[in-house]
Amino acid sequence: MTTTGEPATSTTPPAKQRTRTPQRPGDIVFSFSAKAAGVLILIILAAVAAFLVAQAWPAIQTDSTELSERVHWLGQGRTLLGYVGPLVFGTVLAALIALLIATPVAIGVALFISHYAPRRLATSFGYVIDLLAAIPSVVYGLWGALWLMPKLFPAFQWLADNLGFIPLFAGPAGDPPRTILTAGIVLAVMILPIITAVSREVFLQTPTLHEEASLALGATRWEMIRMAVLPFARSGVISAAMLGLGRALGETMAVAMVLSPGLAYSIFLLQPGQQQNIAANIALKFPESSGLGVNVLIFTGLVLFLITLLVNMLARWIVSRRAEFSGAN
Amino acid sequence: MTRVQTPHGESADTASLRGPKLSHGKLPRFTPLAVFAGSLVAVGALFALLGSFSVPLTVFLGVILHAVVLLVLTQVVEGRRAAIDRLATTAMYSAFGLALIPLVSLLWTAVQEGLERFDGYFLSYTMRGVFGGMDAGGAYHAIIGTVEITLFATLISVPIGLLTAVYLVEYGPSRLGRAITFFVDVMTGIPSIVAGLFAYALFALFLGPGVRMGVVGSVALAVLMIPVVVRASEEMLKLVPNELREAAYALGVPKWLTIVKVVLRTAAAGIVTGVMLSIARVIGETAPLLITVGVADSVNYNLFDGRMMTLPVYVFRQYSQGLAPNGVTTINYDRAWAAALTLIIIVMLLFAVARLVSRFFSPKTGRR
Repeated sequence: MTTTGEPATSTTPPAKQRTRTPQRPGDIVFSFSAKAAGVLILIILAAVAAFLVAQAWPAIQTDSTELSERVHWLGQGRTLLGYVGPLVFGTVLAALIALLIATPVAIGVALFISHYAPRRLATSFGYVIDLLAAIPSVVYGLWGALWLMPKLFPAFQWLADNLGFIPLFAGPAGDPPRTILTAGIVLAVMILPIITAVSREVFLQTPTLHEEASLALGATRWEMIRMAVLPFARSGVISAAMLGLGRALGETMAVAMVLSPGLAYSIFLLQPGQQQNIAANIALKFPESSGLGVNVLIFTGLVLFLITLLVNMLARWIVSRRAEFSGAN
Repeated sequence: MTRVQTPHGESADTASLRGPKLSHGKLPRFTPLAVFAGSLVAVGALFALLGSFSVPLTVFLGVILHAVVLLVLTQVVEGRRAAIDRLATTAMYSAFGLALIPLVSLLWTAVQEGLERFDGYFLSYTMRGVFGGMDAGGAYHAIIGTVEITLFATLISVPIGLLTAVYLVEYGPSRLGRAITFFVDVMTGIPSIVAGLFAYALFALFLGPGVRMGVVGSVALAVLMIPVVVRASEEMLKLVPNELREAAYALGVPKWLTIVKVVLRTAAAGIVTGVMLSIARVIGETAPLLITVGVADSVNYNLFDGRMMTLPVYVFRQYSQGLAPNGVTTINYDRAWAAALTLIIIVMLLFAVARLVSRFFSPKTGRR
C-alpha cells in the first residue's frame, strides 16, 4: 500500500513536499464517505422539515369550512389555526408546569451530587439519577396513571378545597385526576435527569480556585455555592432548563396516558378534559385518521417541530456562547 | 474543622472587646443526624398515638421538623450564617431524596405488578385469539417486533453516525463540521412523535397513504438514534491520543487505514458502549412506532410487510384497553405491567452490558 516514493532527503522544502503527498484511492473514498455521512445528517434534518411541510400542505390549502366538513373530529366551524391554538397552549402549559417543578429539584440534586454528597458515592448517585432517564416513557405513563394518580387525588382535593379561590386551582378536582397538573408532574420526573445531568456538569466546571478562595475568606459552604458556583453556572443552568423544556414539549406517551383531553384555553389545573398536548393528540388521533385528517395532524406536528427547534436552538446557542467565556481558570 | 474558642469566654471581657462576638460555639458533628432521627421518631410516635401512622407523611413532616429544629439550634449556638448553611444542606439532601421517590416507587411497582404475569408463558405466546378477560396471552410477538425494528434502526444509524463522528474528529474543524455539530445537537431535541411523522410522510410519498410497516418504524427510530451515536462516538474518538495517529503516519500508514486500524480500534469499546446506550434510549420509544408500525395481535417476522407489534406499544395498548369485561378483570393492566417489566429488564441489561464493555475492554489510559 505504502509506496515510498523517494525517501525524504530533505533537499526539497517541506511545504512543497506536502503537496506531492500521493492521494490514495482508499483515502479519497473514506474521506468522501465520512463527509457524505455528515452531509446526510443535514439532509435528513432538512428532509424532516420538508416532508412535514409537504404533508401538511393539503391541510393548509383547504378552505376552512370544507376542512371542518371532511375532518369530523375537527369540530363544527373550527379553523386549522383554531384547532392548533389550544393544542399549543396545552403543550406549553404542561411543559411549563413540568419545568417549574423539575428545575429547583434538579438544581438541588445536581448541587448535592457535585458539592454535598460524599466523594466516593457521588458518581454512583449520578448513575442512579441517570437511571431515571433510561426508563421508557410508556412506563412512566403506566406508573403515572396506575400508581401516582390515586395518591395525588387527596392532595388535589385539598388544593381545590383550600386554595380554590385562586383560578389555577379552581375545583372541583377531578377523580381520577386526569388533569394537566398530573401530566406536568409526570413530565417533571421525566425531564429531571437531563436538567440534573447538564447542570451537574456545569457545577463541576466551576474553577476550584474560586471555590477555595471564597472558603478561605470564611464563607460557609452555601455562601461559597451562592457566590462562586451559581454565578459561574447561571447560563449553563438556564440552557439545561431549556433542554428540559424542549423534551417536555415533545413528550407523548406519558401525557397521552395520563391526561383526559380537551380543547380549551383553560388554566384550570385540577379539572380534567380541559387541555391537550400536541404530541399526545397526534398519537391518539393518528391510528384512526385518514385522508385530510392525517394532513391536519401532520400540520400540528410541524408546529411542534418548529417550537422545539426554536427552544433547542436557543438553548444550544446559550451553551455555545458560554463556551467562549468558560476559560475563567 | 478547626475550632476557634476563646479560652476564658465571657470572663475575659474588657470594654474594648465588647462588640460583635468574633467566635461562637460549634455543634458536634453528629448533630444533623441525631436531630433527623429524633424528629422522625417524634413525628412517627405522634402519628402512632393518633392512630393514623403512614410512612410517607411521617417522612415528609419529619424532614420539615428536622429542618426547623436544626435551624433554630444552629441559630442559637452557631449563628445565622451557619444556620442558613445547614438549611441549604437539608434542602440539597431532600432534593435528592425527592428525586429518588419516583425511581424507587416505579421500579418497585413494576417488579411487584409485573412478576404476576412475567413467566415463560408470557414470553412465548402471542395475543392471537385472546379477548375479553381471558386468562391467556403473552408478548412474544411484541418482543420479536421490538428486536427486529430496533436492530434495523441500529443498522441504519450506526454507519451514518460513526462516519459522521469520524468526519468531525479526523477531518478537522471546518465550517461544515461546525454546522453538523450544531444541527446534531438540535436533532437530539426532535420530539419522537415528529420523527415518526417524518418517517410516515417519507414512506407515504412513495407507497401511498396509510402505510404501516416495520421498516418505517426503524427509519423513525434511526432519526432519533443518529445524533446520540454521533455524540457518543465523537467523544470516544476525541479521547484517542494524538500520539497514536502520529506514530501511524510516521510509519507511512495512509490516513484512512490509520483511522480504521488505529483510531477506531482504540475507541472500539467506547463506541460499542455508546451504541448500546443509544439502543437503550430508543428501544422504549412508543409514539413513533404507534403511528408508523401500528398494532398487531400475532407474530409478523417481515419488516417490509404489514403491521407489527412492539413492546412499548403493547404496554400502551394493554393499558388503554382498561379493565376487561369478564374473566380476570385486571388482566390488561397485568399484561401491561409484565411487558413494562420486560422492557425495563431489557434496558437495564443493555446499560449493564454497556458499562461492563467500557470497563473491561477500553484501553488503559492510566487515568482510572
